[in-house]
Amino acid sequence: MARHGIGQPLRRVEDARFLTGQGRYVADIDLPGQAHAVVVYSPYPHALIRSIDCAAARAAPGVLCVLTGADALAAGLGGMPPLFMPHGPAGPHGYRTLRPILVADRVRCIGDRVALVVARTLDEARDAAERVAVDYEPLPAIVDLEASVAPQAEPIWPECPGNVAFELRHGDPAATAAAFAGAAHVVRLRLRNNRLTAAPIEPRAALARHDASSDQYTLYCTSQNPHGVRTMMCDSVFHMAQSSLRVIAPDVGGGFGLKSNPHPEDALVLWAARVCGCPVKWVGTRSEAFAADNHARDQVVWGELALAEDGRILALRADALGSVGAYVFSAVVAPIEFSIGLIPGFYQVGTVDLRTRAVFTHSSTLSSYRGAGRPEANYLMERLLDQAAHEMGIDRVQLRLRNAIPVGALPYRTATGMVYDSGDFAGIIKACLSAADWDGFSEREQASRSRGYLRGRAVAGYIEQGGRFNERMELRFDPSGGLVIVSGTHSHGQGHATTYAQMVGDWLGIAPERIGFIQGDTDQVAFGRGTFAARSSLLAGNALRMAADAIIERARPLAARLLETATADLEFVDGAFVVAGTDRAMALTEVARAFYRPLGLPAEFGIGLEAQGNWSADPPNYPNGCHVCEVEIDPATGAVRIDRYTVVDDVGTVINPLICAGQVHGGLGQGLGQALLEDIVHDPESGQLLSGSFADYAMPRADDLSSFDVRFLGTPCHTNPLGIKGVGEAGAVASPPALINAIIDALRGQGVDHIDMPASAARVWRALQNAAAEHIGAGSHT
Amino acid sequence: MTTITVNGKAVTVTATPDTPVLWVLRDELGMTGTKFGCGMALCGACTVHLNGEPVRSCSLPVSAAAGHKITTIEAMSVTPVGSAVQASWLALDVPQCGYCQSGQIMSASALLAKNRTPSDGDIDQAMAGNICRCGTYNQIRAAIKDAAASMSGRG
Ligand code: FES
Ligand code: FES
Repeated sequence: MARHGIGQPLRRVEDARFLTGQGRYVADIDLPGQAHAVVVYSPYPHALIRSIDCAAARAAPGVLCVLTGADALAAGLGGMPPLFMPHGPAGPHGYRTLRPILVADRVRCIGDRVALVVARTLDEARDAAERVAVDYEPLPAIVDLEASVAPQAEPIWPECPGNVAFELRHGDPAATAAAFAGAAHVVRLRLRNNRLTAAPIEPRAALARHDASSDQYTLYCTSQNPHGVRTMMCDSVFHMAQSSLRVIAPDVGGGFGLKSNPHPEDALVLWAARVCGCPVKWVGTRSEAFAADNHARDQVVWGELALAEDGRILALRADALGSVGAYVFSAVVAPIEFSIGLIPGFYQVGTVDLRTRAVFTHSSTLSSYRGAGRPEANYLMERLLDQAAHEMGIDRVQLRLRNAIPVGALPYRTATGMVYDSGDFAGIIKACLSAADWDGFSEREQASRSRGYLRGRAVAGYIEQGGRFNERMELRFDPSGGLVIVSGTHSHGQGHATTYAQMVGDWLGIAPERIGFIQGDTDQVAFGRGTFAARSSLLAGNALRMAADAIIERARPLAARLLETATADLEFVDGAFVVAGTDRAMALTEVARAFYRPLGLPAEFGIGLEAQGNWSADPPNYPNGCHVCEVEIDPATGAVRIDRYTVVDDVGTVINPLICAGQVHGGLGQGLGQALLEDIVHDPESGQLLSGSFADYAMPRADDLSSFDVRFLGTPCHTNPLGIKGVGEAGAVASPPALINAIIDALRGQGVDHIDMPASAARVWRALQNAAAEHIGAGSHT
Repeated sequence: MTTITVNGKAVTVTATPDTPVLWVLRDELGMTGTKFGCGMALCGACTVHLNGEPVRSCSLPVSAAAGHKITTIEAMSVTPVGSAVQASWLALDVPQCGYCQSGQIMSASALLAKNRTPSDGDIDQAMAGNICRCGTYNQIRAAIKDAAASMSGRG
């Protein structure tokens, strides 16, 4: 078994279908008699809807129905509330919005859904959608965070003057002020976290069927969390029992947090299927995705670090504005909270005073995207540390080592209330520096310089929180003794069918390729919470362990009976019950078959062999690690090339190193994409979206990303039996500061000491030009 | 009516001449291995071969494909290069969500059909039109080299 077991680079069992075009994604599914839906989206960031005239659309060829916000109200359909709000001492606080599935009166963002057109063919639906005449009265829009909280700003929601949906705080302002007053040195930065979009290559899609005779609905959708979609649809929109809706999330082409949320289109196709009496399919286009999908990040933060003479961190202060867009939607509270809660990182910070305000703007809603607040937090701390090292003349590495929480101080409670259980933070920094050949930099730098290039490097540590909520997993033997994992999580790239089978195979002594896997169907999986927030390995892993142990304990008495011995005499070894000290044995699969015998089994054994396990992310785990980035910059063009990138991660127990490395590569791609290329931009005056396609929104491509050197140096997590820490977000967290600090390091000699993300060639070139101009200007005054 | 050759078979399709090949494949011929990602020749998800050259089927009108040979992911396992690429993809655990991978495999096999010893630069150039949001580039590069080695090993 060991060859397949935990820690082995087992090849993914799900790959074969993806290599032959046999994957089955929502857009690949057609139901007999299906009609096609097109959504009419608001082209304005802010406007009153004076009227909607649907007559011409309804009369267009092939049209089955045209639905508006007024129809939704008349049908008694509800809206979509946020999944949760922050909880204060007096209960949930903040201004909670209800996002309508179709907006009837006032649109508050580009991409607000205004009408739905269903026709026999997609072309007919598109033609008819163009005939929906919406009479808008455009109004001024606020798309900038600081403009939205300015004193004279118009409220985006009349009941929420000031445009702050909620505010979160951590720390002790008085103690922090005192520490700042006594500090030898203070560094200050104002940073921007650029607005991003998840842009999975599979656009969102939904296909619904309604069976009038049983009043049962089925929804195929591109979801990371089908049970969550079911809950939102049934509890909030349709007000019906959850058993009346079956949600199926088949192969899903990347989620990254975007698809962990239900979306208005899920509700719209369900409703339209009922109205039209036939299945209704909607597949988003790329431009619709840019305009109407949730966006992410979009934060402005003012940060200050107080240090003692020797570089010890005394105190940290930060004040942030985090965007929520036009509505408080889905899980946006999570990134806003993490964006301050994790700023101290794995450093000893005496006292903190942290605040963030969640701000409405007339823009698409924001939500979780790989990292969800953790990259924002880490970016501030690591930028402050490099700035402090520069200003104080302390070596960057020494400054980090001096402040890293020592192993002896674990478990360590941070000033923001997180408890780190395990890790070796100084150790992982040193390991990464040596893997990256940090000391060999000067030779490489000289080589770059001789070719006319600038070279810079940076080191960035990170710690983040993995896992959220609880999860439930089932192991089920069929009557022939075959084992199936019934998963409450949802794999859409993470390779669960492989890693779960690898673990269970190890524990139950069954070859992983013989273990079946079911996920993503609310009728087959009793309950689950899906996959997001680097939660699956921790929660599903430990839940599976519980289930596997329960299977062995349930099977043991029947095995004893069949082997005519006492349960106490049985050992479970390599997939079989063995009578201790003899060669008499019975395979678990055979015992499982016996559980289905029609006769001869006492009732207490029940029928069938299955078990459920569950695990909770309380306490969560803290993946951590270190990144070293080296860049080469062409001063003539400003183009940045990532020349070397090294990661050493502590994700605790590694279940499958190949899959873990893939997760880190993916996170790096997205983190480096944020730092170098990606930017959702609105025109500040009109509020129009300027980055609405892959031509304007630069995605990381093969030639943007160097080969990564990714290594694992795990210290097992102490708060779960498997020692697992999450891996899904890790790569995205430390890569933005690692890259930006490396760029600044390369440019410091030219007089540049700040650059914002994304560090496009144009932006780097301009920074170099400005610095040169200032230098000349300064020279002419002396 | 347009007659095109898909994976060696001549088929006559009823789509209007300006219909992109992507939608002819998916909607009319029921071949869903080729994916939609952008519709503007900017992501590579829809890559097929036209007479062996990688093209973006979302931006290729079916009229322009008449009389030419279209090859899709569904036929790749029967070509020597395609099967070598698939084997290396499997060995190096390339796919994550899988959605972009049809296009990646089409681009990679077109590269290897012409260049059995691609450099990193050749690979980047051939693959830069295929976005993978899951970030599998590292493994794609390794798998292309692995496939190149396995083919030259076979002689
Ligand atoms: S769908 Fe053709 S290139 Fe994106
Ligand atoms: S594997 Fe998911 S987009 Fe490439």
